[in-house]
Amino acid sequence: METVTQHSKAAIWYDPRKRSIIYQVVILLLVGLLGYYLVSNTTANLKRQSIATGFGFLQKEASFEIGESLISYSAADRYARALVVGFLNTLLVSFIGIILTVILGVFMGIARLSTNWLVSRLAAIYIEVFQDIPILLQLFFWYAFFYEMLPSPRQAMNPLGGVFLCNRGLVFAVPEFHPAHLYMGLAFLAGCLGVYFLRRWARKRQARTGLTFPVFSVSAAMLVLLPLLAWVAGGMPTAMSVPELKGFNFQGGLNVSPEFSALLLGLVLYTAAFVAEAVRAGIQSVSKGQREAAMSIGLRPNRVLQLVILPQALRVIIPPLTSQMLNLTKNSSLAVAIGYPDFVSVAGTTINQTGQAIEGVAMIMLVYLFFSLSTSAIMNWYNKKIALVER
Amino acid sequence: MNFKKLCVLVLALALVIPAGFVAAGTLDDVKAKGYISVGVNESLFGFSKPDEKGEWRGLDVDTARAISVAVFGVPDKLKFVPLTAKTRFTALQSGEIDVLTRNCTQTLTRETALGLNFAHVNYYDGQGFLIPKKLGVKSAKELDGATVCVLPGTTTELNVADYFRSHGMKMKPVVIESTPELAKAFFAGRCDVLTSDASQLASTRSVAPNPGEYTILPEIISKEPLAPAVRHGDDQWYDIVNFTVLALIDAEELGITSQNVDQMLNSKDPRIQRFLGASPGNGEAIGLDEKWAYNIVKQIGNYGEVFERNVGPKTPLGIERGLNALWTNGGLMYSPPFK
Repeated sequence: METVTQHSKAAIWYDPRKRSIIYQVVILLLVGLLGYYLVSNTTANLKRQSIATGFGFLQKEASFEIGESLISYSAADRYARALVVGFLNTLLVSFIGIILTVILGVFMGIARLSTNWLVSRLAAIYIEVFQDIPILLQLFFWYAFFYEMLPSPRQAMNPLGGVFLCNRGLVFAVPEFHPAHLYMGLAFLAGCLGVYFLRRWARKRQARTGLTFPVFSVSAAMLVLLPLLAWVAGGMPTAMSVPELKGFNFQGGLNVSPEFSALLLGLVLYTAAFVAEAVRAGIQSVSKGQREAAMSIGLRPNRVLQLVILPQALRVIIPPLTSQMLNLTKNSSLAVAIGYPDFVSVAGTTINQTGQAIEGVAMIMLVYLFFSLSTSAIMNWYNKKIALVER
Repeated sequence: MNFKKLCVLVLALALVIPAGFVAAGTLDDVKAKGYISVGVNESLFGFSKPDEKGEWRGLDVDTARAISVAVFGVPDKLKFVPLTAKTRFTALQSGEIDVLTRNCTQTLTRETALGLNFAHVNYYDGQGFLIPKKLGVKSAKELDGATVCVLPGTTTELNVADYFRSHGMKMKPVVIESTPELAKAFFAGRCDVLTSDASQLASTRSVAPNPGEYTILPEIISKEPLAPAVRHGDDQWYDIVNFTVLALIDAEELGITSQNVDQMLNSKDPRIQRFLGASPGNGEAIGLDEKWAYNIVKQIGNYGEVFERNVGPKTPLGIERGLNALWTNGGLMYSPPFK
């Protein structure tokens, strides 16, 4: 008996469970202490050098202009609004960039595996070249390309009516705002919802009766016709805001700046090369037998890709794809080098004008953390959805 | 990347500096390590830029050399730390550099909220506009709707926005981090106009492919007193930096140059005797060698010589003395008596 009690009363560091708890508590304490030391030491240092702290500066007038903005902004607005402008600019370039990257990457990945010698070689050259040149150099190249190659606004190229191309960017006519446009947007959203339910219904029907339904053409018709109906019902507004050369630059229309274009082009071409490799790896991970089996039951090649290859390949593609999406978002901070007013650029000006470097850097970190975590969250949800369900 | 550097400096501010760091005098620190860390502009012709041989040259660099002479008696006990407009103050706050001579404008916010002390101004500047002659613009008031190239992290972004706002005009800024990249975009026609301190515009124009095609508009839209800066909390070090700049100015006022400084040692003028340390007192008061001002003039020259050598009419920048002339010649350069 005595030995048993001795055993159960053994010193806690011999019990692996308790020991691991102790380790965790100790590490947590150390991290907490380090954090406390950092914060208190910083505050003490700042106070001693009488450097102002806190986020009160957000309410002050920013008094600097920003080159491009999705919301209305002027120098008379507050720092908080200036930072929101920067945030939206980063969001815009990352969002469009990710969509284009996925499309181009998938296309290039499939092209890389093409049985056509020329197509697969060209895709291979693209991937090797763009993967191996540092992104910053590519950005400088594209930016210089835009401002060196394109003419000044007074000699702007005019390839189409209402479209101008010059070193101030691509300027084109857009419809003047009208309430009907809002209804068209709503109609488009309704169309998306309709497509979702149509697909569910069609799949259930196929499972029940074996009959297929032309989902693609009906969906496309829904997405086009519903907004068109809204436009007709809204009184068919046709007023256009047409760009006109006034003074130094074009007024009216929509302007896509060289900075935005260079950044988007650089990021997409660079990241898509990595995505293409991930896609190729994913497709190659599906064994040949799968394809042969699918063909042998009489499926057409695109159905083989859609029903057999892709669902299995995606499981391999998604994790590296997620990390490439994160890379694209983070690399967008290189915008400062070519003058696109992204969050880092605006926060940099804010830091310099207010001198609040610690608050500014903390905000930059928080913003990128927010972008990265939300991208990861969405992609992890998608990854779980397509994961192999073992029965 | 500069952002990385900023992060490192912020971390340094948080982590490395133990509390009570400033209590030990910067002068003792500097003497112990044997050199002065000085923050300079990475590339601004006439103010601070390495020449073909890698030797730093310029008005700000000569100011730093004068500080080295004052402390060590020789001009080369310096470690140059090139800084961008964005990282310069953090570098000074975090203690990475001992003094900042980087064409910095003295402002209230920087003196107070940023915890800096500015020494005497070593260059009176003002913000202007550089524009291609072919646009036919004669005045800054005609710039409504212009695209403007601006360096970030400077007072210029704010000044230009203020100027356009107060004249009811619109502008579109293009903000690029590095000076050479910004100049390239401007010369290629990405912007209609480049704005910066007038001295910097002269410097940028001198490196243009065709300097004759560009002109500086007559309007000067701001006051930019450029001065060396040190951290709050070390008065002795501040005095040394401040009086080094003043010694350059006072030498010119007293008519002492690097050529005649040895004859001047025998001058009967008591002001000159006190200045050069022939009659001692000033050195002890400031905590330096009695010959400190003599050494500065002997090895660096007076303010006029420094100006002519780096930015004056005979250099590619071709800047007239203007506000930077001595007060006796209608400028603003004025030194308190050295006694």
